[in-house]
Formats: sequence, C-alpha cells, structure tokens
Amino acid sequence: MYEFKMPTLGADMTEGTLVEWRVEPGDHIERGEVICEVETNKGNIEVEVWETGSVEELLIGPGDQVPVGEVIARLTTRDEKAAVEAAPAQQAAQQAAQQAAELPQVQTPPPEEPSQETPEPDSTPEKRVTPAARKSAHELGVELAGIIGTGPQGAITSQDVDRAAAALEVKPAKAPQEHARRISPIARRMAQSHGLDVDKIEGHGPHGAVLRADVEPLISKSLEFEEEAGKEKDRKDALREAIAIAMARSKREIPHYYLQETFEVSQALRFLETYNRDRPPSERLLATVLWVKAVAEAVKKVPEMNGYFVESRFDRRDEVHVGVAISLRGGGVITPALLDVHKKELPEIMEDLRDLVTRARRGKLRASEMMDATITVTSLGDLGVETVFGVIYPPQVAILGIGKIVERPWAEGGLLGVRPMMTVTLSADHRVSDGIAGSRFLVAIKNYLDSLLIAEES
Amino acid sequence: MRTVTYREAVREGLQEALRRDERVFLMGEDVCMYGGTFAVTKGFVDEFGEERIRDTPLSESGFVGAGIGAAMGGMRPIVEVMTVNFSFLALDQIVNTAASLLHMSGGQFNVPVVIRMATGAGRQLAAQHSLSLEGWYAHIPGLKIVVPATMEDARGMLWAALEDPDPVLIFEHAGLYNIKGELAEVPRPVDIQKAAVRRPGKDVTLITSGIHVHTCLEAADALANEGIDAEVIDLRVLRPLDEEAFLASVRKTKRAVIVDDGWKSGGISAEISARITESAFYSLDAPIGRVCRVEVPMPYAAHLEQAALPQVKDVIASVRAQFGEENV
Repeated sequence: MYEFKMPTLGADMTEGTLVEWRVEPGDHIERGEVICEVETNKGNIEVEVWETGSVEELLIGPGDQVPVGEVIARLTTRDEKAAVEAAPAQQAAQQAAQQAAELPQVQTPPPEEPSQETPEPDSTPEKRVTPAARKSAHELGVELAGIIGTGPQGAITSQDVDRAAAALEVKPAKAPQEHARRISPIARRMAQSHGLDVDKIEGHGPHGAVLRADVEPLISKSLEFEEEAGKEKDRKDALREAIAIAMARSKREIPHYYLQETFEVSQALRFLETYNRDRPPSERLLATVLWVKAVAEAVKKVPEMNGYFVESRFDRRDEVHVGVAISLRGGGVITPALLDVHKKELPEIMEDLRDLVTRARRGKLRASEMMDATITVTSLGDLGVETVFGVIYPPQVAILGIGKIVERPWAEGGLLGVRPMMTVTLSADHRVSDGIAGSRFLVAIKNYLDSLLIAEES
Repeated sequence: MRTVTYREAVREGLQEALRRDERVFLMGEDVCMYGGTFAVTKGFVDEFGEERIRDTPLSESGFVGAGIGAAMGGMRPIVEVMTVNFSFLALDQIVNTAASLLHMSGGQFNVPVVIRMATGAGRQLAAQHSLSLEGWYAHIPGLKIVVPATMEDARGMLWAALEDPDPVLIFEHAGLYNIKGELAEVPRPVDIQKAAVRRPGKDVTLITSGIHVHTCLEAADALANEGIDAEVIDLRVLRPLDEEAFLASVRKTKRAVIVDDGWKSGGISAEISARITESAFYSLDAPIGRVCRVEVPMPYAAHLEQAALPQVKDVIASVRAQFGEENV
C-alpha cells in the first residue's frame, strides 16, 4: 500500500485544496500520470503520481483543504500487487505439482493467472514500529533500520530501541553512514531545500531508502512549526513570501559569481525571421525558445551548470529541465520548468512553452514542473531591461539572465556597423563551478546561437 | 479486619445508611418481605419497618419515577432495580428525567437518587437475564456510574452515592455476592471519583472494573510466574472516568489490556481505548488489547456461557500478545 499525500509544491506551501480527482478507485495508474488537481496559493497545480499501480481509495473530496503531508489517497503499487498475487498462484502451482506426483492420472490445472483482485490492506510487508519505540528512537538518535523487533507481529518496541541504544554505546561508533544511506534524488532534494537532516529521516523504500513519501510529512511538520498561527494570507502575499524564502536562502547559502557578455545576435534574429516568415502564428518561434535551447546545448559542454547542490555536493543531472520565469497576471513570478529540453527540438520546445505559459496563468501547473528545474533562464528584455543578474533558485546552481536586444554600433573587420546586441549574464554557484567553466558556458551559448542559421538552412 | 462476603458488605453499607440518615429509605421488588432477590436486605424490615423498606409492584418505570420524585422532594431514596436487565423499563425515568433535570431546570433541581442494580452473567440465566450494561449507562451525561468490586467499596460507595447531589447508579455484579474478602471493622469513607491500583506492576496495565478486577488479579498472579509484572487498575467509577489514573499507568507500562464484562462495540472498553490513543499514543509499545464478552446474546448452556465471558486465560493470552507471543 502506498499512501499518497498532499505534496508540497513550493517552500511556502502548508496546505492544499483538492480541486478534482482525475482518477477513481480501481483505476490503473502509470508513473507520471496526473491523478489530481490541487489549488495552492500559487494557483492550480496538477499532481502526478510516482508509482505505477492502482487506486485503492480516495480519502478526500473536491473542496477539501488538507495540510501538506496528509494522506489523501491510498494506492497499491505494482510490486505489491505482483507479490500478493504471485503468492497464491505459486501455492496453487505447488499443490498442483504435489497432487500430480501423488496421482499421476489426474490432470493438473495450469497455474492460475494472477487475478486482478485488490489485495488485503494487511498484506503489505511493512516494518512495524510502536509509537513508543519511534519516539524513543528519535530521542536517543537511534536508527530503527537495524533493529529487530520483538513486539507483537515483530514490531520494534521501546525496549528494543533501548537495547539497541545500549549496544551502540558499548561498541565503537560505526563508520559514518552517509554513503550507505539510500535516498531517492527527489527526496534528497526536498530534504535539502527544507533544511532537513537526511540521516534522521526514516526510509520506507526498498532497502530502507528514503523516498519522497518519507520526506513530505517531515516538511509539513517543519512548515507547521514555522507557520504563523491562524493568519490567512492572500495568494499574492503567500507567493511573495515563497519568493522571499527561496531568495533569502539563495543569497545566504550560495556564493554567486557573475559573468556578463554582450552577444551580437543578428544571426539568431535572422534565423527567427526566416523560420517564422512562412509559418502561421501558431507555429512561429519566440526568441525565448532559442535561449532555452541554447542552454540545453551549452550544458552538454559544461555540465557543471545543470543540476542541484544538495548535501554539500553537486548532483549533476543528465536531463535538462529549464525553468522559465513567467509573470502572472495577478502579480508575482513563477518559474516552472520546460521538461526534458535536451531531447527536444525548437518547434517542440515552443509548443511546450505555449502550453506552460497558458497553464501557469490558468493555475494548472504540474508538481514536477514546479519542482524539477535543473537550471533557469530569466529574461526581462521585454520590459526594456538590458542586464539581469539573476539570483539562483536553490537547489539549482545557475541562472542565465537575458537582457533586451538593442541596436548598438559594432566594429567588425575594421568597419563600424549597427547591430542587434543582447547582454547575457550568468549567475552561477561557486561551490560547483569556477569562472572558467562559466565563460565556457557563455561561449557555448553564443556558438549555438551563431550556428542556428547554418544549421536550419542546410 | 474480618472476613465477610460481598453480600454482607453491601448489607452493612445499607444498614449504616439507614441508621445514619432518616431521609434514607429503600424500595424495590421483593426487598421487604422476601428480603431481596439476592438476600441482601433479609431482616431489614424488622429493624427499619415497612415505611423505610418498601416492596414495589413489578413496575420499574413507576417506582424509579417515584424514587426520583422522592429525591426531589428532599428524601434520600435507594431504589433497587433487581437487575440491569429490567432497568430498560425505567430507561425513560433514568435517562430522560433523572439525568436531565438539573440541566433542564437551569441548575435548580438536583436529583439525589441512588439506584442499585445487579449486573452480569455467569449463572446460566440466558440472554435476557445476563446483561452487563453499566458501560451503556456510562454514556449518559448527568449520571454517575459506580461499580464496587471490593468489600470496602461494596460497603462504602453507597454512602458516598447518597451524599452526592446527583443521580448515582451502583452496579453490583451478581457473581460477586458470594465471594469473600477482608473488611475493616470500622468503616472508612470511600470516594466515588477515583480509580484504584489494586496491584502495582511495571510491564502491562490491566484496566477493568467490577467482577473482572478479580479476574485480572488472578491473571496477574499467573503472569508473574512468567515474569510479566501486571498492574491492575480498578476503575471503580465508569462515569466520570478517572482518565488520569489509567493514562499514568499506561505511560509507565507502555501496554494496556482492557477487560470488560460488556460487549466491545461501542462499549466502555472502546471509550477507554480511545482515550489512551488520544492522550498516551506515544507511550504505547503494543496495540491496545481488549478482553470483553463475545458479541452474542448470552447462551444458556454452561460451557457456551463460560466461553462467551472474559476468563483468566483470555486475559493472559491478551497480555502475552502484547509481548509478541501471540503464537506461543
């Protein structure tokens, strides 16, 4: 059984309101499928599920407001289903084999096909820990993972914890468990971004791995703690506060370094013009798409810009999810991600961008889009700003700022001309990369933009 | 100290009350000439006369109502409803009148009536005469529900009940009348507020009342041989529950088994379990155990009746399960 909890969709979120379910009990669900829509102070967000399996029970209804971390549905994962279903089938097969041995003339029925019946909730092999044991383990700082339970149904009791604590004091301290600790990337990132100690989180995944589901309740707990009691804030204030928390943390923790370069972008503009000339408005590209694609291409050459800094080290990502700042009509900015940009070509990215902007403004973003950006592009060019020094959105490690394109005198080959110029800035995390890498990154962006016309015309 | 039966202890309590306060009188079916169905009031008429020891018709609603009226009129009636099984006929008087009047009169009219009833099974009286519904009455705000289990409580709780300005129901388990125990020569005042620890222990808390205080003490002795030190809490009062007493014990032992002569569903054992979960959840080292009567109308056949009632072995098994020995 997998408990699906109200996810946290941003550092400021403490509760969410269910707008609608997209599934019903009994429905099969695929990993990544949107199962519900949740209203947060950032608007409506579609929430995906991270396990393949089926829906067991929906615990809240549309309009219900629940705190982050509260169980809102029960799901059965595929593995559990398989395990539960396999057992009786296997038994039947064994019995059949035995019967066959005893009575050779009896025709043995073939092993039954796994049935589609829902398993009993009790059949989940779950490590039992009594409330007293959990409390005591927490107080004594004892890991529950290695303790063998002697209580009812093998539950770990407070006495088991006391014994384990006593044993720990006698034995020399074991090697630090940091490397042995299994934790899913998203759980690590969530824990990191909320300042939780990963070693203290109890994991319920395979081999005791800490999963997103293990971290979420703790986040809601820490948020509850920080929450100012009883104050209703309107959405704008909440969004402002979310930005405040993230940005203050960024400036407190991330040693930014900044590089600025001015690109001559006539190539890129000519490409856009050519590309868009014969296409209907719905297929035309916006310049933003070029910058996004340029980032995806550049991180292939300079991977230090793409990923997350968590637990004092850089978690480099192969996939590129580019966060784009989208201003909302009601005020405020959100930076949802264009997912898997590294796999996509320009028209596809454009399509994604249109979709993302529409949904962001309608408040229909998905959880992964809110959480997963690996690098961000911010552009204030439309508003006439020539240079943007972005503040890195933690736990990302870089943000690219795109300024307004302006015509400037430009000397080239001994001649003076007027060319479209654009200031591009890089804010990057000095814990992860140095100025040299940053320079290479900017050069790679420029190279991509310069290569555009040739590539598309050929 | 002297050894008396529970019946004698109840009897002494009644005599003392009748002697002590002229406003006290007793009424009920067969309490006078016959001397009480359980022979508790035998000979009372000789000392106190028919004015104060009154036989009533078989009309529970009528004589309980008369008791309520007398109480409101300044008397201190002790109404005996022969057994809890017959009290349903007086349910309207007990619940809708006695329990509610103080509230409905804006605090003007207390109803200082005391209603005694025998309760419980175990004597092959079948479905209609074997109920244990003290937990049911404990549902009702406005009533005090007391369940004497010891000699001292059997004697002393009555006076405390008479002194209480509000309706008090006393439940005497019929299976207790013949058991023997020690009783002090000089009566000591007892309260009807607190639970009592009948046996201190550190490993598991047995929470119970009435006849099963004795079941639990016996189980605790047997468990001591297995190295399990059980604490036995006698609730004494089912409403209002002395929550602090059993919570403190459970916080110490980390385990609780509730033993109740009533049914589980919606019963007092469920209420106690809920309160432990509400207030001592993080102290629990095992799921709360319950030993209650089987959820059937009571069978007549002796072996089936015994099988349907909480027994010492059931308590022991439930305690063992608390220690992860359910399959031993």
